Amino acid sequence: MPGYLYPSFPFRRPPELDGKQPAYAVAIVGGGPVGLTLALDLAERGQSCVVLQAASTVSEGSRAICWSKRSLEILDRFGVAEPMLRRGFTWNGGRVYHGAEEIYRFTLPREPDEKFPAFVNLQQYLTEEMLLAAVAERAQWIDLRWQSRVDGLRLEPGGAVLHVATPEGGYDLPARFVVACDGARSTVRALMAVPFEGRVFEDHFLIADVEVSPDLPSSERRFWFLPEFHPGETALLHRQGDGLWRVDFQLGWDGVDAQAEKAPERALPRIRAMLGRQDVRLHWASVYTFQARRIAQLRHGPVFFAGDAAHQVSPFGARGGNSGIQDADNLGWKLALVLSGHAPDALLDSYHAERSTAADENIRITSRTTDFMTAKTAMRARLRTAVLGLAKRHGFARALVNSGRLSTATVYRDSPLNGDDQGFAGGPPPGAPCANLPASANPSDGYLLDGLGTDIQCDLLYFNAESANPAALAKLAAIQAAEQPLSITCVGQPLGNHWFQADPTGRIARAFAARPDSVYLLRPDQHVAARWRTLDTERVIAGIRRALGHDLRRADGRTA
Amino acid sequence: MKSDPNLSDPDGFFEALIAAHEGLDEATGNLLNARLVLLLANQVGDLAVLRESLAAAREGLEPPPAAEAATAE
Ligand SMILES: Cc1cc2nc3c(=O)[nH]c(=O)nc-3n(C[C@H](O)[C@H](O)[C@H](O)COP(=O)(O)OP(=O)(O)OC[C@H]3O[C@@H](n4cnc5c(N)ncnc54)[C@H](O)[C@@H]3O)c2cc1C
Repeated sequence: MPGYLYPSFPFRRPPELDGKQPAYAVAIVGGGPVGLTLALDLAERGQSCVVLQAASTVSEGSRAICWSKRSLEILDRFGVAEPMLRRGFTWNGGRVYHGAEEIYRFTLPREPDEKFPAFVNLQQYLTEEMLLAAVAERAQWIDLRWQSRVDGLRLEPGGAVLHVATPEGGYDLPARFVVACDGARSTVRALMAVPFEGRVFEDHFLIADVEVSPDLPSSERRFWFLPEFHPGETALLHRQGDGLWRVDFQLGWDGVDAQAEKAPERALPRIRAMLGRQDVRLHWASVYTFQARRIAQLRHGPVFFAGDAAHQVSPFGARGGNSGIQDADNLGWKLALVLSGHAPDALLDSYHAERSTAADENIRITSRTTDFMTAKTAMRARLRTAVLGLAKRHGFARALVNSGRLSTATVYRDSPLNGDDQGFAGGPPPGAPCANLPASANPSDGYLLDGLGTDIQCDLLYFNAESANPAALAKLAAIQAAEQPLSITCVGQPLGNHWFQADPTGRIARAFAARPDSVYLLRPDQHVAARWRTLDTERVIAGIRRALGHDLRRADGRTA
Repeated sequence: MKSDPNLSDPDGFFEALIAAHEGLDEATGNLLNARLVLLLANQVGDLAVLRESLAAAREGLEPPPAAEAATAE
């Protein structure tokens, strides 16, 4: 098959093979999108790490292509979002067909002036290449080791010791924290005998990347139920970067020969029928069966699990890689704060609390999609036919058509880190991330999130309407005197030497449902921790303590 | 969920329901019922009421004996 040329990354002899035994604060197992994102996030927060990567190249096959707005916001911290947008195909909605007929178009929820689109499609290997370029720029923080397979792990007081196998021999690597980002077949999970149970969806999907000539007109996501070109099943078509198309055919369960289906002589006729083109070049094809499962605990002492190593979902909804990136986003700041002595170890327990809820949500949502797509019994098929038949004329039925509920940022509604939520009728509640709005009328001046969540600081947004506000100034000084890791930004009118965010049109205040004197506390991952209608020194200080895990109960019942 | 009479004309409704199935074979009639369930569910709207109605509809209905034996294993 023509197409992408896989780069080959060399093995470099680490100091351990020459008798040295440095200890690492964080060892990341696996250099896929999740491991690399975590390494980059730690580096941005001043924390170095070592990444052990078994492979010598990027993801085999393009796999994940749809990267969500929230993933772009996270990757933007490392300068990776812009190259992804330049090379990829951006989209904000899609079309759904029943047979030959379009039954509806949908648009994904998004503020019109936000920095990023709902999605960019870029093949996983190119996304990883861009992450690797950012890693290379941070080589003093990130020690990325290719062809280094973790094949042993033992827990010790104060951390874990990994065993790493390389082309030039094996070595031990002690680390205070280990993060397993080693994918669905996680070695770390096996070494720790952690069960990974759930549900297998009895269905096969042929997934391929193709080039067509003449090219098709670009379009947003297209999904077919029971198309004429593939009777009785579903099909999906997506554009990616470099003019590539992703096609996806549901094949059914009984009597499907997965090996035979991905052979070009079998796959190409299906693809030609879908695209209405004879000249189709196959870049990659594979046949998948999908599952929904997660491990029970995302934290096992010093070992954390993130991405596919921790949870797996079917890809309709693009919730696999995107939720893994959110895992990394959730864990990065917590590790950095604990390692720098600004937060107790108990903060790390909230990783499980927040991200296991996210995993459950993704499993529930993708399972519903898969159940709709794979109408297993005559009754289910009939109910689906009923929905599809009504959808064209009746808006309510469109809401029942489920071709994938696309990934959005998880809102940590019930997080133990959430504090007060004082009298807001709109805006992001505690647990939610905030909209990435332009910082001024001129978008080249940057966006709101550009300056928030940097380093290991929480952010306080104080909505200030008065140019002289001595009372607020005194309170902000008292909050700063508590010596918590905090950055203060006044929105509207500047105060003292605090950061200032102008808001001449009131756009930002509206997005936050803020009035003069409203206060938002944001965590380093840009999710809201608490919000108040008035600036109250004690409450803000308590809110920061809570957001940093100081109020969390430890397993032994004492507070941290 | 309402259990007390709420239909303005019960006999009229039943007659209309039967008439709607007129001339349809069993498969198509089943599809009509499915579409009707969806349309009516949208009139109700409230998931709690719908769940109660689903439970009431299911009440006393058992899987056929063969399936029962299979799940009991
Ligand atoms: C067909 C398909 C389509 C998909 N589409 C989407 C999509 O559109 N959007 C989306 O968000 N997600 C999608 N996904 C899911 C997405 O690909 C995964 O969720 C994502 O790759 C998970 O990233 P990860 O870093 O956790 O694991 P992986 O990408 O699997 O990376 C694991 C890494 O660990 C390394 N490794 C493994 N074992 C060891 C070891 N013992 N020691 C050291 N290193 C090791 C591997 O070399 C690899 O680099 C799709 C998946 C498939 C299969």
